[in-house]
Amino acid sequence: MLPFTVGLYNTEILILLLINLIMAQSYRLVTTAGDWSSSHVVLMGAGAYTAALLAKLLGWPFLITVPLAGVVAALCGLLIILPLLRTLGFGFFIATFALAEAIRLIWVKFHYPFGGARGMIGIPGVEIGPWDLSEMIPNYFLILTITVLLLWIMYRIDRSRIGKILKAIQLDAQLTESIGINVPYYRALAFATANFFAGIAGALLAYHQGAIDPKSFAAVPMLYLIIYVVVGGVRTYWGAIICVIVMTWILEMTRQLGPWRPFIAGAIVIFVLVVMPGGLEILITPIARGLRKVPGLGWLGAEPRRRDPVQNER
Amino acid sequence: MLKVSGLSKYFGGVAAIDNLDLEVEKGDIRGIIGPNGAGKTTLFNVVCGVYRPSQGNVFLHGEPISKLSSSEVARRGLVRTFQRNAVFHDFTVLDNVIVGRHLRAKRSLLGEIFNPRAGAREDRQCALEILEWVGLSAQQDELAANLAHGFQRVLGVAVALATEPEILMLDEPVAGMNDTETANMCEVIGNIHAHGVTILLVEHDMKTVAGLCRNITVLDFGKKIAEGAPQEVLNNHAVIEAYLGTEDIVA
Repeated sequence: MLPFTVGLYNTEILILLLINLIMAQSYRLVTTAGDWSSSHVVLMGAGAYTAALLAKLLGWPFLITVPLAGVVAALCGLLIILPLLRTLGFGFFIATFALAEAIRLIWVKFHYPFGGARGMIGIPGVEIGPWDLSEMIPNYFLILTITVLLLWIMYRIDRSRIGKILKAIQLDAQLTESIGINVPYYRALAFATANFFAGIAGALLAYHQGAIDPKSFAAVPMLYLIIYVVVGGVRTYWGAIICVIVMTWILEMTRQLGPWRPFIAGAIVIFVLVVMPGGLEILITPIARGLRKVPGLGWLGAEPRRRDPVQNER
Repeated sequence: MLKVSGLSKYFGGVAAIDNLDLEVEKGDIRGIIGPNGAGKTTLFNVVCGVYRPSQGNVFLHGEPISKLSSSEVARRGLVRTFQRNAVFHDFTVLDNVIVGRHLRAKRSLLGEIFNPRAGAREDRQCALEILEWVGLSAQQDELAANLAHGFQRVLGVAVALATEPEILMLDEPVAGMNDTETANMCEVIGNIHAHGVTILLVEHDMKTVAGLCRNITVLDFGKKIAEGAPQEVLNNHAVIEAYLGTEDIVA
């Protein structure tokens, strides 16, 4: 995507879209193990504050603060999930919300060093070696590169044996446990890994904006994240990505409608859930079928098997 | 090899298992029978680590395993199947067995991200062999949810087999099967036993139990009421009474 042709405003939108892609795909990683958490955006915040504090107060460089932001987010994630290893379903959803809020409120209540409710400003720009990548267009390419890398890693995880184990846990945790797979370990692993990516997304956001607003990590953004993943569909890797792109596009197209945009978002959710309850990813199948006929795109894989409709009641 | 000693399991005031002693030697095929509610599945659940015992202990190779989780117990070679059709419904038959191979194929997350092909081929090969062995090769690419009931239960056994267990505990393997499916499952179980796996079998189908098992333990109300070779046990008065009740002579 050439940012040169679309103007600075749209480049900004694209950057936010890329960061949302990392968030949505990493949230999907969490849900692949069957856990619907409500702490994901707070872990993004943990990454953001970590990178901001290390860069602003200690002057550490981008290439160190960003991975560290991921690590800190992963560790905070472990703090959240370790007490919840035997908690599932709705209880897990509420408990993660409570623990995440506890973390978020630390940022809001403590003026030093987090800046309290007003957040942080004056985060230094991105400097990698001799290059300053803080300007919009270089920043865009930086974030694009990192996003593609992270999405690739998450794709490989999804296709790996470990991805298969996570799906197995979601399908039948008791069976998975009975064949010697340590289910709590894998849940924690998926959770920490996903939070690592969210932390990096947070760090990228902090550097890009030069500032942090703790409201970015509150309940409403979390809700949008859940929407991206539910409306996109969790069964395939691409569902969340498609949804982020489609919804960002629609919300941009309707920007002049201003305060009506949350209604638009809500309408999209209802429409998709009624018409395509599996999520937007259902559209992938006919599209992929067509694409597979193009020589060279055979790697898209064979048609996925479907359950026979009648025998489903077992 | 497997020893249960003074085992009790209470649910509230009800003793699902009551001071049970049981010992299974290596190479045995042991049947566990008893009327509904006798505590057979509860026994399986306690032995495999799904429940903690209220009293008593379970020993595997002389080591206590009652405090271990079910995945740890499985790692020590004791694997069970379920009364329900426990398979991964949205996976293909082949993928189901590949998941089962995980225990015996060690690789790391980083290895998976950067070089997945190496191990995947091995897993697949091994899974194909297992499917060949249990007779499910023809359906390897079918979704588990689309299989007939009998095949789903065989798949459940194949998945457990993929972990290379020393002891395999089968919970009503032929439940709901017709004669052909039952005969097929018995052959599979016989083969597994012939390969050196010790087998523990809960079953209601007496023909199957008598045909397959070397020894039978009978439970009723959580207690052991008989134990021995099939011929003795199945003709034992107490056992017949447990199933059919005593004769009521109405004056």
